[in-house]
Amino acid sequence: MTEVPALELEDIHKYFGAHEVLKGVSLTAEKGEVISMIGSSGSGKSTFLRCINMLEIPTSGLVKVHGELIEMKQDRSGNTIPADAKQVERIRARLSMVFQSFNLWSHMTILQNITEAPIHVLKIPKKQAIEAAEHLLQKVGIYERRDYYPGQLSGGQQQRAAIARALAVDPEVMLFDEPTSALDPELVGEVLKVMHDLAEEGRTMIIVTHEMAFARDVSNHVMFLHQGLIAEQGPPQELFTNPQTERLQQFLSTSY
Amino acid sequence: MLGLHGYEASLVSGAWVTLQVALSSLFISVVLGILTALAKLSKATPLRVIGTLYTTVIRGIPDLVLMLLIFYGGQMLVNVIAESVGYEEYIDVNPFIAGVLTIGFIFGAYMAETFRGAIMAVDQGQLEAGKAYGMTPWLIFRRILFPQMMRHALPGFGNNWLVLLKTTALVAIIGLEDMVRKAQLASGSTQEPFTFYFAVCLIFLLYTTVSILLLNWAERHFSASVSREA
Repeated sequence: MTEVPALELEDIHKYFGAHEVLKGVSLTAEKGEVISMIGSSGSGKSTFLRCINMLEIPTSGLVKVHGELIEMKQDRSGNTIPADAKQVERIRARLSMVFQSFNLWSHMTILQNITEAPIHVLKIPKKQAIEAAEHLLQKVGIYERRDYYPGQLSGGQQQRAAIARALAVDPEVMLFDEPTSALDPELVGEVLKVMHDLAEEGRTMIIVTHEMAFARDVSNHVMFLHQGLIAEQGPPQELFTNPQTERLQQFLSTSY
Repeated sequence: MLGLHGYEASLVSGAWVTLQVALSSLFISVVLGILTALAKLSKATPLRVIGTLYTTVIRGIPDLVLMLLIFYGGQMLVNVIAESVGYEEYIDVNPFIAGVLTIGFIFGAYMAETFRGAIMAVDQGQLEAGKAYGMTPWLIFRRILFPQMMRHALPGFGNNWLVLLKTTALVAIIGLEDMVRKAQLASGSTQEPFTFYFAVCLIFLLYTTVSILLLNWAERHFSASVSREA
Protein backbone atom coordinates (compact mmCIF):
# COMPACT_ATOMS: atom_id res chain seq x y z
CA MET A 1 0.00 0.00 0.00
CA THR A 2 1.39 3.38 -0.93
CA GLU A 3 1.21 6.17 1.60
CA VAL A 4 -0.31 9.55 0.83
CA PRO A 5 2.46 12.04 0.01
CA ALA A 6 3.23 14.54 2.78
CA LEU A 7 3.01 17.34 0.27
CA GLU A 8 1.78 17.74 -3.29
CA LEU A 9 1.85 20.94 -5.33
CA GLU A 10 0.49 20.85 -8.85
CA ASP A 11 1.15 23.37 -11.56
CA ILE A 12 1.62 26.41 -9.34
CA HIS A 13 1.45 29.75 -11.12
CA LYS A 14 2.05 33.04 -9.34
CA TYR A 15 1.78 36.56 -10.68
CA PHE A 16 3.00 39.69 -8.94
CA GLY A 17 1.01 42.25 -10.91
CA ALA A 18 1.71 41.51 -14.56
CA HIS A 19 4.94 39.68 -13.77
CA GLU A 20 4.69 35.89 -13.76
CA VAL A 21 7.08 34.67 -11.07
CA LEU A 22 6.05 31.01 -11.17
CA LYS A 23 5.08 29.50 -14.50
CA GLY A 24 3.78 26.10 -13.49
CA VAL A 25 5.88 24.38 -10.83
CA SER A 26 4.96 21.04 -9.26
CA LEU A 27 6.41 19.07 -6.38
CA THR A 28 5.65 15.85 -4.54
CA ALA A 29 7.30 15.11 -1.21
CA GLU A 30 6.94 11.68 0.35
CA LYS A 31 7.11 11.37 4.11
CA GLY A 32 10.73 11.57 5.29
CA GLU A 33 11.98 13.06 2.06
CA VAL A 34 14.38 16.00 1.94
CA ILE A 35 13.97 18.20 -1.12
CA SER A 36 16.29 21.09 -1.87
CA MET A 37 15.45 23.93 -4.22
CA ILE A 38 18.33 25.78 -5.79
CA GLY A 39 18.55 28.56 -8.31
CA SER A 40 19.67 32.14 -8.62
CA SER A 41 17.78 34.92 -6.86
CA GLY A 42 14.62 35.79 -8.75
CA SER A 43 14.20 32.21 -9.95
CA GLY A 44 10.99 31.91 -7.88
CA LYS A 45 12.21 29.28 -5.43
CA SER A 46 11.35 31.26 -2.27
CA THR A 47 7.98 32.29 -3.69
CA PHE A 48 7.24 28.65 -4.45
CA LEU A 49 8.16 27.64 -0.90
CA ARG A 50 5.91 30.37 0.49
CA CYS A 51 3.03 29.09 -1.64
CA ILE A 52 3.13 25.82 0.31
CA ASN A 53 1.85 27.47 3.50
CA MET A 54 -0.08 30.21 1.71
CA LEU A 55 2.16 33.08 2.80
CA GLU A 56 1.95 33.74 -0.92
CA ILE A 57 -1.38 32.86 -2.48
CA PRO A 58 -0.83 30.98 -5.76
CA THR A 59 -2.64 32.57 -8.70
CA SER A 60 -3.53 29.05 -9.81
CA GLY A 61 -2.58 25.47 -9.03
CA LEU A 62 -3.28 22.94 -6.30
CA VAL A 63 -1.72 22.55 -2.87
CA LYS A 64 -2.35 19.33 -0.93
CA VAL A 65 -0.98 18.67 2.52
CA HIS A 66 -1.13 15.00 3.44
CA GLY A 67 -3.84 14.55 0.85
CA GLU A 68 -5.95 17.48 2.07
CA LEU A 69 -6.56 20.00 -0.71
CA ILE A 70 -6.49 23.67 0.27
CA GLU A 71 -9.76 25.00 -1.11
CA MET A 72 -9.50 28.21 -3.12
CA LYS A 73 -12.06 30.69 -4.47
CA GLN A 74 -12.19 33.95 -6.41
CA ASP A 75 -12.83 37.20 -4.57
CA ARG A 76 -14.90 40.02 -6.07
CA SER A 77 -11.95 41.54 -7.93
CA GLY A 78 -11.12 38.17 -9.42
CA ASN A 79 -8.11 37.33 -7.23
CA THR A 80 -7.65 33.78 -6.05
CA ILE A 81 -7.88 33.52 -2.27
CA PRO A 82 -8.29 30.62 0.16
CA ALA A 83 -11.95 29.72 0.51
CA ASP A 84 -11.68 28.94 4.20
CA ALA A 85 -9.26 30.89 6.40
CA LYS A 86 -9.77 28.35 9.18
CA GLN A 87 -8.59 25.53 6.94
CA VAL A 88 -5.44 27.47 6.06
CA GLU A 89 -4.75 28.14 9.75
CA ARG A 90 -5.28 24.47 10.57
CA ILE A 91 -2.93 23.35 7.80
CA ARG A 92 -0.28 25.93 8.68
CA ALA A 93 -0.25 24.56 12.22
CA ARG A 94 0.84 21.19 10.78
CA LEU A 95 3.70 22.74 8.83
CA SER A 96 6.46 24.90 10.18
CA MET A 97 8.76 27.43 8.67
CA VAL A 98 12.30 28.62 9.29
CA PHE A 99 12.93 32.08 7.83
CA GLN A 100 16.01 33.68 6.35
CA SER A 101 15.93 36.49 8.91
CA PHE A 102 14.88 34.14 11.75
CA ASN A 103 11.71 36.15 12.62
CA LEU A 104 11.86 35.06 16.24
CA TRP A 105 9.33 37.12 18.19
CA SER A 106 11.56 39.83 19.56
CA HIS A 107 9.47 40.62 22.66
CA MET A 108 9.52 37.04 23.91
CA THR A 109 12.35 35.07 25.47
CA ILE A 110 13.77 32.13 23.55
CA LEU A 111 11.75 29.70 25.66
CA GLN A 112 8.54 31.71 25.15
CA ASN A 113 9.18 31.76 21.39
CA ILE A 114 9.27 28.00 21.36
CA THR A 115 6.22 27.41 23.58
CA GLU A 116 4.07 30.09 21.89
CA ALA A 117 2.53 28.04 19.07
CA PRO A 118 2.24 24.80 21.08
CA ILE A 119 0.37 26.59 23.90
CA HIS A 120 -1.75 29.09 21.97
CA VAL A 121 -2.34 27.31 18.66
CA LEU A 122 -2.10 23.62 19.50
CA LYS A 123 -3.51 24.11 23.04
CA ILE A 124 -0.91 21.90 24.65
CA PRO A 125 -0.80 22.30 28.47
CA LYS A 126 1.79 24.89 29.48
CA LYS A 127 3.86 22.61 31.67
CA GLN A 128 4.11 19.97 28.98
CA ALA A 129 5.01 22.60 26.33
CA ILE A 130 7.80 24.00 28.50
CA GLU A 131 9.26 20.54 29.12
CA ALA A 132 9.21 19.77 25.41
CA ALA A 133 10.75 23.17 24.61
CA GLU A 134 13.58 22.67 27.07
CA HIS A 135 14.30 19.31 25.54
CA LEU A 136 14.45 20.89 22.06
CA LEU A 137 16.72 23.68 23.28
CA GLN A 138 19.13 21.06 24.55
CA LYS A 139 18.94 19.32 21.21
CA VAL A 140 19.91 22.47 19.27
CA GLY A 141 22.49 23.36 21.91
CA ILE A 142 21.18 26.64 23.35
CA TYR A 143 19.47 25.46 26.53
CA GLU A 144 21.48 27.89 28.66
CA ARG A 145 20.13 30.79 26.56
CA ARG A 146 16.45 29.96 27.13
CA ASP A 147 15.71 33.11 29.17
CA TYR A 148 17.50 35.50 26.81
CA TYR A 149 15.74 37.65 24.26
CA PRO A 150 16.46 36.95 20.56
CA GLY A 151 18.31 40.25 20.19
CA GLN A 152 20.87 39.09 22.74
CA LEU A 153 21.89 36.02 20.71
CA SER A 154 24.18 35.54 17.73
CA GLY A 155 22.60 34.90 14.34
CA GLY A 156 23.53 31.23 14.48
CA GLN A 157 21.99 30.84 17.92
CA GLN A 158 18.84 32.66 16.79
CA GLN A 159 18.45 30.39 13.80
CA ARG A 160 18.94 27.31 15.97
CA ALA A 161 16.25 28.69 18.30
CA ALA A 162 14.02 29.20 15.26
CA ILE A 163 14.57 25.56 14.29
CA ALA A 164 13.62 24.53 17.84
CA ARG A 165 10.46 26.64 17.45
CA ALA A 166 9.73 24.85 14.18
CA LEU A 167 10.22 21.43 15.81
CA ALA A 168 8.02 22.28 18.80
CA VAL A 169 4.83 21.98 16.74
CA ASP A 170 5.85 18.47 15.67
CA PRO A 171 5.36 19.43 12.01
CA GLU A 172 4.52 17.04 9.20
CA VAL A 173 6.70 19.10 6.88
CA MET A 174 9.40 21.66 7.70
CA LEU A 175 9.95 24.53 5.29
CA PHE A 176 13.33 26.28 5.25
CA ASP A 177 13.61 29.59 3.40
CA GLU A 178 17.34 30.24 2.87
CA PRO A 179 18.07 29.50 6.54
CA THR A 180 21.77 30.36 6.38
CA SER A 181 21.77 33.29 3.96
CA ALA A 182 21.65 35.97 6.67
CA LEU A 183 24.42 34.39 8.76
CA ASP A 184 28.08 35.28 9.06
CA PRO A 185 30.09 32.59 7.28
CA GLU A 186 31.56 31.18 10.50
CA LEU A 187 28.04 30.62 11.92
CA VAL A 188 26.64 28.74 8.92
CA GLY A 189 28.11 25.41 10.00
CA GLU A 190 26.31 25.18 13.34
CA VAL A 191 22.91 25.67 11.68
CA LEU A 192 23.63 23.22 8.86
CA LYS A 193 24.69 20.63 11.42
CA VAL A 194 21.34 20.86 13.22
CA MET A 195 19.51 20.56 9.89
CA HIS A 196 21.68 17.62 8.92
CA ASP A 197 20.65 15.82 12.12
CA LEU A 198 16.98 16.49 11.36
CA ALA A 199 17.35 15.00 7.89
CA GLU A 200 18.92 11.89 9.39
CA GLU A 201 16.01 11.56 11.83
CA GLY A 202 13.68 11.25 8.85
CA ARG A 203 12.02 14.68 9.01
CA THR A 204 10.24 15.77 5.84
CA MET A 205 12.00 18.95 4.77
CA ILE A 206 11.73 21.37 1.87
CA ILE A 207 14.81 23.59 1.77
CA VAL A 208 15.54 26.65 -0.32
CA THR A 209 19.28 27.10 -0.12
CA HIS A 210 22.44 28.47 -1.66
CA GLU A 211 24.59 25.90 0.18
CA MET A 212 25.34 23.49 -2.66
CA ALA A 213 27.51 21.09 -0.67
CA PHE A 214 24.80 20.83 1.96
CA ALA A 215 22.05 20.29 -0.63
CA ARG A 216 24.14 17.52 -2.19
CA ASP A 217 24.76 15.81 1.16
CA VAL A 218 21.30 15.83 2.73
CA SER A 219 18.75 15.85 -0.09
CA ASN A 220 16.94 12.94 -1.71
CA HIS A 221 15.87 15.19 -4.50
CA VAL A 222 17.07 18.52 -5.87
CA MET A 223 15.08 20.99 -7.95
CA PHE A 224 16.82 23.66 -9.99
CA LEU A 225 14.52 26.59 -10.69
CA HIS A 226 15.17 29.12 -13.40
CA GLN A 227 12.85 32.01 -14.30
CA GLY A 228 9.82 30.47 -12.65
CA LEU A 229 10.22 26.97 -14.06
CA ILE A 230 11.94 23.78 -13.01
CA ALA A 231 14.87 23.73 -15.40
CA GLU A 232 16.21 20.45 -14.10
CA GLN A 233 15.59 18.07 -11.20
CA GLY A 234 16.69 14.71 -9.91
CA PRO A 235 18.80 12.94 -7.30
CA PRO A 236 21.67 15.15 -6.07
CA GLN A 237 24.41 12.80 -7.29
CA GLU A 238 23.22 13.14 -10.88
CA LEU A 239 22.32 16.78 -10.76
CA PHE A 240 25.56 17.99 -9.26
CA THR A 241 27.98 15.66 -11.03
CA ASN A 242 26.33 15.51 -14.41
CA PRO A 243 24.10 18.56 -15.04
CA GLN A 244 22.18 18.19 -18.28
CA THR A 245 21.16 21.75 -19.01
CA GLU A 246 23.48 24.58 -19.84
CA ARG A 247 21.64 26.73 -17.28
CA LEU A 248 22.50 24.39 -14.43
CA GLN A 249 26.07 23.94 -15.62
CA GLN A 250 26.47 27.70 -15.63
CA PHE A 251 24.76 28.07 -12.23
CA LEU A 252 26.90 25.40 -10.59
CA SER A 253 30.13 26.78 -12.02
CA THR A 254 29.41 30.17 -10.42
CA SER A 255 28.01 28.79 -7.16
CA TYR A 256 30.92 26.63 -6.07
CA MET B 1 -4.53 74.83 54.77
CA LEU B 2 -5.37 76.67 51.56
CA GLY B 3 -8.48 78.14 53.12
CA LEU B 4 -11.07 76.56 50.84
CA HIS B 5 -14.00 77.81 52.93
CA GLY B 6 -15.56 74.37 53.26
CA TYR B 7 -15.44 73.66 49.51
CA GLU B 8 -12.90 70.81 50.00
CA ALA B 9 -15.45 68.03 49.58
CA SER B 10 -16.91 69.72 46.53
CA LEU B 11 -13.51 70.05 44.87
CA VAL B 12 -12.61 66.45 45.68
CA SER B 13 -15.84 65.20 44.13
CA GLY B 14 -15.09 67.36 41.07
CA ALA B 15 -11.59 65.93 40.90
CA TRP B 16 -13.14 62.45 40.93
CA VAL B 17 -15.48 63.39 38.07
CA THR B 18 -12.53 64.76 36.08
CA LEU B 19 -10.64 61.50 36.57
CA GLN B 20 -13.68 59.44 35.55
CA VAL B 21 -14.22 61.53 32.43
CA ALA B 22 -10.55 61.29 31.52
CA LEU B 23 -10.23 57.53 32.01
CA SER B 24 -13.51 56.73 30.24
CA SER B 25 -12.58 58.97 27.30
CA LEU B 26 -9.14 57.36 27.19
CA PHE B 27 -10.70 53.93 26.90
CA ILE B 28 -12.93 55.02 24.01
CA SER B 29 -10.09 56.84 22.25
CA VAL B 30 -7.76 53.83 22.47
CA VAL B 31 -10.37 51.44 21.06
CA LEU B 32 -11.30 53.91 18.30
CA GLY B 33 -7.64 54.68 17.70
CA ILE B 34 -6.58 51.06 17.20
CA LEU B 35 -9.59 50.29 15.00
CA THR B 36 -8.96 53.40 12.88
CA ALA B 37 -5.25 52.67 12.59
CA LEU B 38 -6.03 49.14 11.39
CA ALA B 39 -8.65 50.56 8.99
CA LYS B 40 -6.17 53.05 7.54
CA LEU B 41 -3.60 50.28 7.05
CA SER B 42 -6.12 47.82 5.62
CA LYS B 43 -6.26 46.68 2.00
CA ALA B 44 -9.97 47.50 1.77
CA THR B 45 -10.45 50.93 0.18
CA PRO B 46 -13.75 51.84 1.95
CA LEU B 47 -12.11 51.27 5.36
CA ARG B 48 -9.13 53.44 4.39
CA VAL B 49 -11.42 56.22 3.19
CA ILE B 50 -13.51 56.21 6.38
CA GLY B 51 -10.37 56.19 8.55
CA THR B 52 -8.75 59.03 6.63
CA LEU B 53 -11.94 61.10 6.66
CA TYR B 54 -12.29 60.69 10.42
CA THR B 55 -8.71 61.62 11.30
CA THR B 56 -8.58 64.50 8.83
CA VAL B 57 -11.84 66.14 9.93
CA ILE B 58 -11.40 65.67 13.67
CA ARG B 59 -7.80 66.82 13.79
CA GLY B 60 -8.63 69.87 11.71
CA ILE B 61 -11.24 71.38 14.05
CA PRO B 62 -10.61 72.98 17.47
CA ASP B 63 -11.61 70.75 20.40
CA LEU B 64 -13.87 73.41 21.89
CA VAL B 65 -15.81 73.88 18.67
CA LEU B 66 -16.17 70.12 18.22
CA MET B 67 -17.28 69.71 21.81
CA LEU B 68 -20.07 72.28 21.41
CA LEU B 69 -20.98 70.95 17.99
CA ILE B 70 -21.23 67.34 19.11
CA PHE B 71 -22.95 68.20 22.40
CA TYR B 72 -25.63 70.49 20.99
CA GLY B 73 -25.77 68.76 17.63
CA GLY B 74 -26.02 65.39 19.35
CA GLN B 75 -28.77 66.75 21.58
CA MET B 76 -30.72 67.92 18.54
CA LEU B 77 -30.14 64.69 16.68
CA VAL B 78 -31.35 62.58 19.59
CA ASN B 79 -34.51 64.65 19.86
CA VAL B 80 -35.19 64.68 16.14
CA ILE B 81 -34.87 60.91 16.08
CA ALA B 82 -37.03 60.57 19.21
CA GLU B 83 -39.70 62.80 17.69
CA SER B 84 -39.70 60.89 14.41
CA VAL B 85 -40.48 57.68 16.24
CA GLY B 86 -43.30 59.42 18.10
CA TYR B 87 -41.59 60.25 21.42
CA GLU B 88 -42.94 63.62 22.60
CA GLU B 89 -40.90 64.62 25.65
CA TYR B 90 -37.66 66.58 25.31
CA ILE B 91 -34.63 64.38 26.04
CA ASP B 92 -31.69 65.83 27.94
CA VAL B 93 -28.45 64.14 26.99
CA ASN B 94 -26.50 63.17 30.08
CA PRO B 95 -23.52 65.59 30.10
CA PHE B 96 -21.15 62.93 31.47
CA ILE B 97 -21.90 60.57 28.58
CA ALA B 98 -21.85 63.44 26.09
CA GLY B 99 -18.51 64.68 27.39
CA VAL B 100 -16.91 61.26 27.43
CA LEU B 101 -18.12 60.39 23.94
CA THR B 102 -16.98 63.73 22.55
CA ILE B 103 -13.50 63.63 24.07
CA GLY B 104 -13.12 59.95 23.23
CA PHE B 105 -14.17 60.65 19.66
CA ILE B 106 -11.73 63.57 19.30
CA PHE B 107 -8.76 61.78 20.81
CA GLY B 108 -9.52 58.59 18.91
CA ALA B 109 -8.27 60.47 15.84
CA TYR B 110 -4.99 61.42 17.50
CA MET B 111 -4.54 57.94 18.94
CA ALA B 112 -5.18 56.50 15.46
CA GLU B 113 -2.16 58.33 14.06
CA THR B 114 0.00 57.30 17.01
CA PHE B 115 -1.01 53.65 16.64
CA ARG B 116 -0.70 53.71 12.85
CA GLY B 117 2.90 54.83 13.12
CA ALA B 118 3.54 52.21 15.81
CA ILE B 119 2.04 49.40 13.74
CA MET B 120 4.13 50.39 10.73
CA ALA B 121 7.24 50.24 12.90
CA VAL B 122 6.67 46.53 13.64
CA ASP B 123 8.66 44.23 11.36
CA GLN B 124 6.32 42.38 8.96
CA GLY B 125 8.38 39.22 9.45
CA GLN B 126 7.18 39.09 13.07
CA LEU B 127 3.56 38.88 11.92
CA GLU B 128 4.40 36.52 9.08
CA ALA B 129 5.96 34.10 11.56
CA GLY B 130 2.67 34.18 13.48
CA LYS B 131 0.75 33.34 10.32
CA ALA B 132 3.16 30.56 9.39
CA TYR B 133 2.47 28.88 12.73
CA GLY B 134 -1.29 28.87 12.20
CA MET B 135 -2.22 31.81 14.43
CA THR B 136 -5.57 33.51 13.85
CA PRO B 137 -5.53 37.27 13.07
CA TRP B 138 -6.82 37.99 16.57
CA LEU B 139 -4.11 35.85 18.18
CA ILE B 140 -1.45 37.59 16.07
CA PHE B 141 -2.79 40.96 17.20
CA ARG B 142 -2.96 40.00 20.86
CA ARG B 143 0.29 38.07 21.18
CA ILE B 144 2.60 39.76 18.66
CA LEU B 145 1.39 43.03 17.13
CA PHE B 146 -0.01 44.71 20.25
CA PRO B 147 2.94 44.04 22.59
CA GLN B 148 5.41 45.07 19.89
CA MET B 149 3.57 48.19 18.73
CA MET B 150 3.13 49.47 22.28
CA ARG B 151 6.84 50.13 22.59
CA HIS B 152 6.64 52.45 19.60
CA ALA B 153 3.24 53.88 20.56
CA LEU B 154 3.95 54.83 24.18
CA PRO B 155 5.71 58.19 23.72
CA GLY B 156 2.91 59.48 21.46
CA PHE B 157 0.27 57.78 23.57
CA GLY B 158 1.61 59.53 26.69
CA ASN B 159 1.42 62.88 24.94
CA ASN B 160 -2.15 62.25 23.83
CA TRP B 161 -3.16 61.19 27.32
CA LEU B 162 -1.75 64.33 28.95
CA VAL B 163 -3.52 66.57 26.42
CA LEU B 164 -6.71 64.53 26.84
CA LEU B 165 -6.54 64.90 30.62
CA LYS B 166 -6.32 68.67 30.29
CA THR B 167 -9.04 68.76 27.64
CA THR B 168 -11.49 67.42 30.23
CA ALA B 169 -11.57 71.00 31.56
CA LEU B 170 -13.79 71.76 28.57
CA VAL B 171 -16.62 69.58 29.91
CA ALA B 172 -17.30 72.33 32.44
CA ILE B 173 -18.82 74.42 29.64
CA ILE B 174 -21.45 71.79 28.89
CA GLY B 175 -22.42 71.78 32.53
CA LEU B 176 -20.63 68.73 33.87
CA GLU B 177 -19.66 69.09 37.54
CA ASP B 178 -15.97 68.42 37.09
CA MET B 179 -13.37 70.11 39.23
CA VAL B 180 -13.04 73.12 36.93
CA ARG B 181 -16.79 73.73 37.18
CA LYS B 182 -16.64 73.27 40.97
CA ALA B 183 -13.81 75.82 41.16
CA GLN B 184 -15.85 78.23 39.04
CA LEU B 185 -18.81 77.92 41.39
CA ALA B 186 -16.69 78.19 44.52
CA SER B 187 -14.75 81.22 43.32
CA GLY B 188 -17.99 82.87 42.27
CA SER B 189 -19.50 82.69 45.72
CA THR B 190 -16.31 83.38 47.72
CA GLN B 191 -14.75 85.97 45.38
CA GLU B 192 -11.43 84.12 45.67
CA PRO B 193 -10.80 82.77 42.16
CA PHE B 194 -7.05 82.45 42.64
CA THR B 195 -7.39 80.05 45.58
CA PHE B 196 -9.68 77.66 43.76
CA TYR B 197 -8.04 77.72 40.35
CA PHE B 198 -4.68 77.25 42.06
CA ALA B 199 -6.09 74.18 43.83
CA VAL B 200 -7.28 72.87 40.46
CA CYS B 201 -3.79 73.44 39.03
CA LEU B 202 -2.28 71.37 41.82
CA ILE B 203 -4.71 68.51 41.27
CA PHE B 204 -4.01 68.50 37.51
CA LEU B 205 -0.29 68.49 38.27
CA LEU B 206 -0.78 65.57 40.63
CA TYR B 207 -2.65 63.63 37.92
CA THR B 208 -0.08 64.38 35.25
CA THR B 209 2.88 63.56 37.50
CA VAL B 210 1.42 60.19 38.45
CA SER B 211 0.67 59.59 34.75
CA ILE B 212 4.24 60.32 33.75
CA LEU B 213 5.56 57.91 36.37
CA LEU B 214 3.21 55.19 35.15
CA LEU B 215 4.16 55.87 31.52
CA ASN B 216 7.85 55.57 32.35
CA TRP B 217 7.15 52.25 34.01
CA ALA B 218 5.16 51.09 30.97
CA GLU B 219 7.95 52.11 28.60
CA ARG B 220 10.41 50.04 30.58
CA HIS B 221 7.97 47.14 30.62
CA PHE B 222 7.37 47.12 26.86
CA SER B 223 11.05 47.69 26.07
CA ALA B 224 12.35 44.88 28.28
CA SER B 225 13.48 42.83 25.28
CA VAL B 226 15.56 45.66 23.81
CA SER B 227 16.91 47.26 26.98
CA ARG B 228 20.68 47.46 27.16
CA GLU B 229 21.25 46.34 30.73
CA ALA B 230 19.16 43.13 30.53
